[in-house]
Amino acid sequence: MSLVFDLVLCLMILGTAAASLLMRSALGGIVFFIAFGNLLGIAWLSLGAVNVALAEIAIGAGVTGILLILAHARLSAMGDPVECEPTSPWMRAAVAVICGGLIVLLSVAVLSISPTDRMGAQIATLMPALGIENPVTGVLLAFRAYDTLLETFVLLGALVAVWAIAPPGGWPQRPASLAIATPVSLTVIGTFSRVLLPASLVMAAYLVWTGSDLPGGAFQGGTVLAGGILVAALGGAIALPRADDMRLRSVLVLGPAMFLGIGLGGIALGRFLSYPVGLEKALIVAIEYALALSIGATLALLVAGKPVPPAAVQEGGD
Amino acid sequence: MEALATGHLFALTGAVLVGLGLFGFITLRHALRQLLAVNVSGAGVFLMLGGLGRGAATTDPFPQALVITGIVVAVALTAFGAALILRQAEEDHAAKEDDERGGKT
Repeated sequence: MSLVFDLVLCLMILGTAAASLLMRSALGGIVFFIAFGNLLGIAWLSLGAVNVALAEIAIGAGVTGILLILAHARLSAMGDPVECEPTSPWMRAAVAVICGGLIVLLSVAVLSISPTDRMGAQIATLMPALGIENPVTGVLLAFRAYDTLLETFVLLGALVAVWAIAPPGGWPQRPASLAIATPVSLTVIGTFSRVLLPASLVMAAYLVWTGSDLPGGAFQGGTVLAGGILVAALGGAIALPRADDMRLRSVLVLGPAMFLGIGLGGIALGRFLSYPVGLEKALIVAIEYALALSIGATLALLVAGKPVPPAAVQEGGD
Repeated sequence: MEALATGHLFALTGAVLVGLGLFGFITLRHALRQLLAVNVSGAGVFLMLGGLGRGAATTDPFPQALVITGIVVAVALTAFGAALILRQAEEDHAAKEDDERGGKT
């Protein structure tokens, strides 16, 4: 795309980022943050990184946005107006100078590096051995599979951490209900979500399958699934599960456990996380499907938050 | 030449975002807004990685994969941060209600 387009896009990115931080209203700031995330997605498209654009818009703007809005709503319900105490102008000026200095240093560092995609050529020569064509999926699930394996455990670990701070009497109950309190909205969203949830399942399965050769993958597919689950929970079409539900727990660990299991199987062939010749694509796709399911459930529960005592479930709807 | 300029343009935008996010993190005096500021800084780091991986025709898949990993880790951090903020607010709220009840009797 043309340089002028990119220039305007970058200015809009900086503008929405500044608005999300400097606005007085916290909720307004969050809305600008979601706009910022979507513009970043367009920036990734402009860079030709469609895989990242999908992840940024679905996770960076979508899931993070709904997380922040929900946290804001729950804080407001407790009487916290989410207002910032004013800081002194002198302090703001001093911080602005320091951050300005950091920007200058980072910019000098950035300009000293010439942009290059030289790893791309190396990766392209290795791709035929995997039997898939999307180089990003190749890096995520083969060449740097160790990173991705740890990342899936980070996601699972975050959910365990969120569950660990359940209030007294909350463990192992359900998270506070996400269902909308207004009856009319509840009906509308509930009806919509009954259509959306199966559609999001199909979309997630498609994104994972197509991710082998074209942009897509387990994280993008899993996030679409999480979106479907969350809308269904908002519309009251599904209830969020209890934290000690064994079916839920199996779904949560399925992806990471399968990835780890296949990785350990690689030791028999000589190296941790190496795939047997001829089975690369089959194993990668199997891991991706299991991961997408786990990621979808984990993200949805991360948004829903910690388990709460049953009494709070009834009154905690927002 | 234009490809190089595009890469630098996005990487520089990323550098400014890191600074903006840090400014917000220090000057905003509410944990939820600081969490948002951390996400702005993080997005800046991702954009620096992506911009510097921009070649003549394509963007290096290696930083792309790193950025996807980064985005997922960032959302995990944000979710745990939001849960901690809410839990703290609940404690404060309960303590305040206890005080009020104590003051009336």
